[in-house]
Amino acid sequence: MSLAKRIIPCLDVDKGRVVKGVKFVDIRDAGDPVEVAKRYDREGADEITFLDITASHEGRDTTIDMVKDIASQVFIPLTVGGGIRTVEDIRAMLNAGADKVGINTAAVHNPGFVTEAALRFGSQCIVVAIDAKRQGDHWEIFTHGGRKATGIDAIEWAKQMVVRGAGEILLTSMDRDGTRDGFDLGLTRAVSEAVSVPVIASGGVGNLQHLTDGVLQGKADAVLAASIFHFGEYTIEAAKKAMQSEGVEVRL
Amino acid sequence: MVDVAVIDYGMGNLHSASKALEFVAPGKKILVTSDRDEILNAKRVVFPGVGAIRDCMAEIRRLQLDTLLPELIKTRPVLAICVGMQALMDSSEENGGVDCIGVLPGKVRFFGDHLVDSDGQELKVPHMGWNQVQQVRDHPIWHGIEPDSRFYFVHSYYVEAQNSDQIIGSTEYGSNFSAALTEKNLVAVQFHPEKSQHAGLALLNNFINWDGSC
Repeated sequence: MSLAKRIIPCLDVDKGRVVKGVKFVDIRDAGDPVEVAKRYDREGADEITFLDITASHEGRDTTIDMVKDIASQVFIPLTVGGGIRTVEDIRAMLNAGADKVGINTAAVHNPGFVTEAALRFGSQCIVVAIDAKRQGDHWEIFTHGGRKATGIDAIEWAKQMVVRGAGEILLTSMDRDGTRDGFDLGLTRAVSEAVSVPVIASGGVGNLQHLTDGVLQGKADAVLAASIFHFGEYTIEAAKKAMQSEGVEVRL
Repeated sequence: MVDVAVIDYGMGNLHSASKALEFVAPGKKILVTSDRDEILNAKRVVFPGVGAIRDCMAEIRRLQLDTLLPELIKTRPVLAICVGMQALMDSSEENGGVDCIGVLPGKVRFFGDHLVDSDGQELKVPHMGWNQVQQVRDHPIWHGIEPDSRFYFVHSYYVEAQNSDQIIGSTEYGSNFSAALTEKNLVAVQFHPEKSQHAGLALLNNFINWDGSC
């Protein structure tokens, strides 16, 4: 009996629609986040994360409606990240039915925002998203979707964010994101061992072995992936069975 | 008449519980409310909660829920969830020590900064994710739910019940803690049934159909 390692599919959404092509034969409208979320729920996803890439402020209201729709039909934890900058942004997402929000750039601009958010809503719903890139012998964090260097050391930053009240760290390797070469296991392990809160590994998953490696070698508490699930290449159930066969505790 | 009142005391995401109840019990009248009369008028009551205990208890006292809840559990089925469960205990170690409602004897304790499992492996705090619940006693709330089913947890403090007869579910995380308690018409759970997919929805459905006669 112990806590299961989590598998979290991640969807990019723009104005309430799924983007970056999700392709399932059994889904009529793969751009419909409700349909896609229901599909992942059926397959046994432990949580679902939405990355909101909507640029306009007005467009963000559609994201709130989307979260409402999903939260009334899918009963697993939902996380929404992207563009969360104020306490009001957080309140709107939580009221719509999100369980956690991801904070990234806003935390770098103002680390006090994480403290404020954690005090107001509780650490359990504050996920700090860290985009890190290897620079020589260490990892540096980037903001604005990985475009802007900050000069901040990723491990020190992760520790500071936990002190500030982060309840979980979503750690993305910018070097591996989109490569399908697997997680940056050195980065994942270094951060996971440095902080007391759960760490979600992200960036680079190309096959099911990568998920197992993220847990067993990277010491991640959860693994996040997008494309390997979106194109029907692997189901979440298949991923869990593969992980279980390697000795990882999963919820089946 | 309202079938289920979900008590709203302003602490975060209380709407998940009502959405899940609407899903398992279409046609039932489910109301999210902080109004004393509306709560007293409901056949069943759900007492959810997230966030820090000090803020929760402050709101609970402001709305006089601390005197209402002991009355409610004498007269109708009540389901307390997560911090709702913790608020029903005697006291909590959180926020430097907080006195709670005290309808269930026992304390709420911190998992600790250096929690380890039986193999000496470090465990992360908060306890976040899907863990197994051992149904240590038979109860209508477990009807149709497989033994050791996984439910979704997210908490850094856990309930240490004083009266072991009240424990109907337990979970292992560093040590064995009370995942579900009962006393007459009350069931209190540490996990989030509203976020625990099939097992959680089954539990909510059982609650809707439970007359509290246990």
